Amino acid sequence: MMLTTQQKRALTPWLFMAPGIVMFLVYVIWPIGQSLRLSFYQWDGLSPPTFIGWENYIELWYDPTFVVALKNNVIWLVLYMLAVPFGLFVALFLNQTVTGIRLVKSLFFFPFVISQVVVGLVFAWFYDPNNGLLNIVIGWFGMDPVSILADEDLVTYGIIAAGLWPQTAYCMILYLTGLNSVSPDVVEAGKIDGARGWSMLWHVVLPQLRPATFIAVVVTVIGALRSFDLIAIMTQGGPYQQSQVLAYYMYENALSEYGYRMGYGSAIATVLFLIMMVYIAGFLYKMYRDEQRS
Amino acid sequence: MFPEPIQKRSWLAQNLYRVALPVALIIWLLPLFAVMLTALRPAGDINAGNYWGMPSDILWYENFAEVIFNSEVGPYMINSIKITVPTMLGAVGIACLTGYALAVYRFKLNLFVFFMFIAGNFVPFQILMVPVRDLTIQLGLFNSMWGLVLFHVAFQAGFCTLFMRNFIKALPYDLIEAARIDGAAEWTIFSRIVLPLMRPAIAALCVLIFTFIWNDFFWATVLIQSEADMPVTGGLKALNGQWVARWHLVSAGSIIAALPPVFMFFAMQKHFIAGLTLGATKG
Repeated sequence: MMLTTQQKRALTPWLFMAPGIVMFLVYVIWPIGQSLRLSFYQWDGLSPPTFIGWENYIELWYDPTFVVALKNNVIWLVLYMLAVPFGLFVALFLNQTVTGIRLVKSLFFFPFVISQVVVGLVFAWFYDPNNGLLNIVIGWFGMDPVSILADEDLVTYGIIAAGLWPQTAYCMILYLTGLNSVSPDVVEAGKIDGARGWSMLWHVVLPQLRPATFIAVVVTVIGALRSFDLIAIMTQGGPYQQSQVLAYYMYENALSEYGYRMGYGSAIATVLFLIMMVYIAGFLYKMYRDEQRS
Repeated sequence: MFPEPIQKRSWLAQNLYRVALPVALIIWLLPLFAVMLTALRPAGDINAGNYWGMPSDILWYENFAEVIFNSEVGPYMINSIKITVPTMLGAVGIACLTGYALAVYRFKLNLFVFFMFIAGNFVPFQILMVPVRDLTIQLGLFNSMWGLVLFHVAFQAGFCTLFMRNFIKALPYDLIEAARIDGAAEWTIFSRIVLPLMRPAIAALCVLIFTFIWNDFFWATVLIQSEADMPVTGGLKALNGQWVARWHLVSAGSIIAALPPVFMFFAMQKHFIAGLTLGATKG
């Protein structure tokens, strides 16, 4: 078969993209469809799946742990956002040119480079009721020791605090890069107009940092909804399921020691996916507008 | 520059800053200092509850040696390398091709394919978990590094494509036009003209993917069950169960597991940050 030059031209990009597209379809796109489908089945991973309609979702509705996980995901989303202003604050603090500042910036970024497994181990130990540093410090102030990871009301906040550590480092590095490209002319002009301190930050600098803020919010939302590692390491959802989030609860159900519940797990994953889709759609919409403009 | 350079501020402010900087750094890294100190403590201190006081003795290497030679950490580290390096090469290699095609050619589905990669890159892992695990079992790759590598390559190809496409888009298009007029074949244009210019992007992606995959815990636990094939993140969790309250060993193991990405970061800092902050400056 001979191809005309024009046909060859049309084919070229697809040949370049073939390996990437095939891999992505097989390992990402197709599995999404499969999971959505499986959420209407009952499946233990071995025998053939049975179609059960909306049963999994109806069960979710009445499942108290699912409600806790959903509520905790909302708490994660809200509190994890603190990483954005914290990161901005640290970046403003470090955006100076003094000796050794480069090394200081790298060291501040450190928590993001290490694995969340290590972060989880470190914080679990920091919170340890018997010998953890936290309890020694609050002991100095005459307070009784608290066992954060064993306390139903505090556990989620304790884990989020651990997560904020690397996430703040990430936001900081985004803002440091953003601050680098803030135009000095605009800052000067703002000064002439009498902008100082907070008003300068709010009215002059922050608008210029919008791309950095946008990315910081995107990665923080994704980070909050993906929270899995810290929970797996620190509490495994306990005590009494009070630190559950959808990501971990899904895993626990699908690969439960009491028998795999792949269908039920897929229904939880679908809920998580739909929440994430809201953000993904927003992100794509913004990308689309930017593409149209350029 | 914002905030105002400290050199332009008062003498008092300058000195306050000079003091505040190291203090803030120490507080920020306090958990890590604690880990390091603990990794140097003798077991006796831990048993006696001396976690935070002066160590009774400083063991510069004993705990590390114990972890490396008498636990599974050594083999876990090798497994991690066997998973991380092929993933890095595969994902970045594939993304060079897809990123190039999406940046250089105009075709109807261009934006659609591009958005597919971006959207896929953001989905929660759990929506992929059951089918990917099933597929890996069907392929006979469960408990094998290749099962993990194939998945990681495919998934990371999304992020890498986004990165590469934007990088190539910013290159001067005249170069490619000129080569076309000279009659160069499409593959030659890619491999001889564009690929050499992509070196900084390739370096940035390599360090990033290395770190992401090295630190991956979720997929390691989903696709690998056997101890013998476990990478170090999953391995550490298992060891943490074995070493109940033997914090000097947990600390030493954590430090060893964290070293490769930390080393990568410091060696390739510029590229690492360039990769992470992609898009943080342009509107």
